[in-house]
Amino acid sequence: MRTLALFALVAALILGTGVLQSWNSALIILNMGLVSAIMALGVNLQWGLAGLFNVGVMGFVALGGLAVVLTSTAPVPQAWTAGGARIIAALILGAASITLGAVAWRTLHRGRRGLAVAVIAVLGFVAFRWVLDPAVEAVEAVNPAATGYLGGLGLPVLLAWPVGGLLAAGVAWVIGKTALGLRSDYLAIATLGIAEIVIAVLKNEDWLARGVKNVIGLPRPLPYEIDLQGSPVFAGRADALGLDVTTASTLYVKLGYSVLFSAVLIAVLVLAQLALTSPWGRMMRAIRDNEEAAEAMGKDVTARHLQVFILGSVLCGIAGAMMTTLDGQLTPSSYQPLRYTFLIWVMVILGGSGNNLGAVLGGFLVWFLWVQVEPIGQWVMQIATSGMAAESALRVHLLESVQHMRLLTMGIILLVVLRFAPRGLLPEK
Amino acid sequence: MDLLNALVALANFVLIPALAYGSQLALGALGVTLIYAVLRFSNFAHGDTMAIGTMVTILATWALQSLGVSLGPLPTALLAIPFGIAGAAVLLLLTDRVVYRFYRAQKAKPVILVIVSMGVMFIYNGMTRFIIGPDDQSFADGERFLISARDFKAWSGLDEGLALKSTQAITVVTAIIVVAIVFWFLTHTRTGKSMRAYSDNEDLALLSGISPETVVRVTWIIVAALAVVAGTLYGLDKSYKPFTYFQLLLPIFASAIVGGIGSPVGAIAGGFVIAFSEVLFTYAWKKVLGYLLPETLQPDGLVQLLSTDYKFAVSFVILIIVLLFRPTGLFRGKSV
Repeated sequence: MRTLALFALVAALILGTGVLQSWNSALIILNMGLVSAIMALGVNLQWGLAGLFNVGVMGFVALGGLAVVLTSTAPVPQAWTAGGARIIAALILGAASITLGAVAWRTLHRGRRGLAVAVIAVLGFVAFRWVLDPAVEAVEAVNPAATGYLGGLGLPVLLAWPVGGLLAAGVAWVIGKTALGLRSDYLAIATLGIAEIVIAVLKNEDWLARGVKNVIGLPRPLPYEIDLQGSPVFAGRADALGLDVTTASTLYVKLGYSVLFSAVLIAVLVLAQLALTSPWGRMMRAIRDNEEAAEAMGKDVTARHLQVFILGSVLCGIAGAMMTTLDGQLTPSSYQPLRYTFLIWVMVILGGSGNNLGAVLGGFLVWFLWVQVEPIGQWVMQIATSGMAAESALRVHLLESVQHMRLLTMGIILLVVLRFAPRGLLPEK
Repeated sequence: MDLLNALVALANFVLIPALAYGSQLALGALGVTLIYAVLRFSNFAHGDTMAIGTMVTILATWALQSLGVSLGPLPTALLAIPFGIAGAAVLLLLTDRVVYRFYRAQKAKPVILVIVSMGVMFIYNGMTRFIIGPDDQSFADGERFLISARDFKAWSGLDEGLALKSTQAITVVTAIIVVAIVFWFLTHTRTGKSMRAYSDNEDLALLSGISPETVVRVTWIIVAALAVVAGTLYGLDKSYKPFTYFQLLLPIFASAIVGGIGSPVGAIAGGFVIAFSEVLFTYAWKKVLGYLLPETLQPDGLVQLLSTDYKFAVSFVILIIVLLFRPTGLFRGKSV
C-alpha cells in the first residue's frame, strides 16, 4: 500500500514536470532515474543485503562508460599497426609480473620472499614501462585531433552494457580480495581510492579512451533525430498525433531509451528480488546480522562477501554503460564523487536499505530532487531576496550560489532520514 | 661539484616539497586518528572540515588585509588562523550536538557513524561552496621566498638553485609547534590523560569518573585546530580550492592507516611516508640523474615513474600493501 502510494507520488512528480515544464525534461529525468535506480540496486545489494560499505560507486560507473568506448567505437587500424600489439604485450607483461610476485610470495620461504617479491616488482615495472611507453607514444601520435587512441571493437553498443558489468566485476574482484575480511571502514577507504584511480586512468591514458579529449559521437542503439525528421513515414505519424516533427523525434528517441532502460531495470529488479528471498539471500542477511554466528554455522563469510560485492559492482558497471550510451559521449572529467558515489548512497538510505523496491524508489525520488532543487532554490531565493536592492552584492552572490543548494539539501535529507527514519521510506520486511 | 648539484636539485624538488606536504598530511591524519581513537569512526567529513575552516581563515585574512593589518614578511593568514579555529570549533561542536551525539547515546555501529559523517560532508561541502564558491582563492601574502634560487646560485656558485618558499618553512615550523603542543597536552594534562584513557578503554574510563562529554568536546576542539592549521598551511603552500580538500581525504586516510589508525605517533609517521612516496614516484628524475651519471648513460626520457596525476595511486598502493601485510599499521593502531 505504502509502496504503491510512494511510487504513485514519484510518477506524479515526473508527470507534473511533463505538464508544467516540458515532456522533454520529464523524459530526461525519467531516463536518468532509471539508470540511478539500477545503481541504487547495486549499492543496496552490497549494503542492504550484506552490510558492505562501498564508496567507490563512481569508479564502477566510469568503468561502464569505458566499456562503451571499448566495445562500440570503430577500431583505428593505423593506431593498431603503430603500437597496438606492443600495448597488449605490455599489459600481459604487467599482469604476468604481478602474478609471478603473488606466486613467489606464496611459495618461497619467509626469510627470502620479501626481497624476491620486491625484485620481481621493480623488474616487472621497468619492463612494463619499457615495452609500453614507445607504443603509447606511437598510438597517441596517430591523428591526435580526431583519434589518437586504439578505438574499440566496433560491436553493437548494447553489447557494451554486459561488458561494462564484466569490467566492473574484474576490478571489484581485485578490491574485494584485498580489503574484504578487514575492518568495515577499510573497505570504504579502499573503494574510495580505487574510484579515484579509475578516473585518473581514464583522464591520463589517452591511448585507451582519449583521456580528457573525450570520446564523442558514440554509436547509439536508436535512430538519430535528424534521420527521423527526414523520414516521410515518421513525419506523417507525428502529424497524425498533432506534434511538430522536431519535438516528436526527440520524444521518440528518449522514449526509446526509457523502454530499453525499463527492460533492464525490471530484469535486474526481478533477479534482485529472487536473490533476496532465496536461501542465498537468507544466508546473506544472516551473515549481515551476525557474522560470528554465520561463521560458526560453517558459512564462508569472506567468500560470500566477495560474491555479493562483485554482483553489486556489476550492476553499477552496467548502469554506467547505459548512462554513457544515453549521453553519447565519455567525458572523464565529468565524474564527480559527490554526484556518482554519495548521491547513490542517499538514494539507498532514503529509499530503505535492504528493500529492493526502496532502492528503486530512492533512485527516482532523489534524482528528481537533484534535478529540481536548483530551479526551486532559484525561485525561493528570488522571493527571499526580493526586498534587497537589485545590484546589492549580497543578493547577486546568493542568487549565483543557489546551484550549491543541492549538496546542502542532499546532506540534510541523508541526516534527517538516518536520524528519524533509519529504515528509510520503504523499510526492509 | 656534480654531486653537490644533484643534492641541491634533490633537496629543491623532492626533499623540501615532500617535507612540507608531509607536515600538512601529518596534521590532517592526526585529526582523523584522534576522532577514530575517541569517537571510534572514520570521519569522511574531515576533508571538508579542513575546507570550511580554511575558508573562515581566508575570510578573516581578507578582513585583516582590508583593515591594513599585516605581519610584514609573514603571511597575514597566520594571524587569521585563530578565527578559523574558532569558527571550525563552533561548527564541529554544533554538529556533534545536533548530529553525532544521538548516535553515541545509541551506541550505533561505527559504520553508521561513517554514513552520518558522509551526510555532514555533503552539508559542509555545500556550505563552503555556497559561501566562498568552488573556485581557486589566493590569500597568501608577505615574502614569497626565504631563499630564492638566484641568490643561492650567486652565493654557492653552483649551477643548480635552491629555492625555499617561505610557506614551506612556515609549514614545517608550524607543524612542529602544533604537534608538540598536542602531544604535550595528551601526555601531561589531566584532560589529555583522560582522553587517552577513554580511548583505551571506555568503560574503565567511565568508572573512574571521566566525563565522556567533556572528552568528546575537547577532542572536537583539538580536531578543529588541527584541521584548520593543516588546511591553511596547505592553502598557503599550494592553493585553496574546496574540491582539492575533499580529494585530500584519500592521502590523509592512507597516512592514518599506514601509521596505525588511532595512534597519534603513527599518523605523523604515516603522513611523511605517504608524502615522500608520492613525491619520489611522481618526480621526473632526469635532472638529478643528469648530474650523477656519466655522459654515455644520460637518460633520454624524463625518468618519471608515474605521471603526477597518479599521485593518488601511490598513496593507494601503499595503503593496500599495508592492509595486506600489516593491517594494524606501522605503530599498531586500534582494530575494531
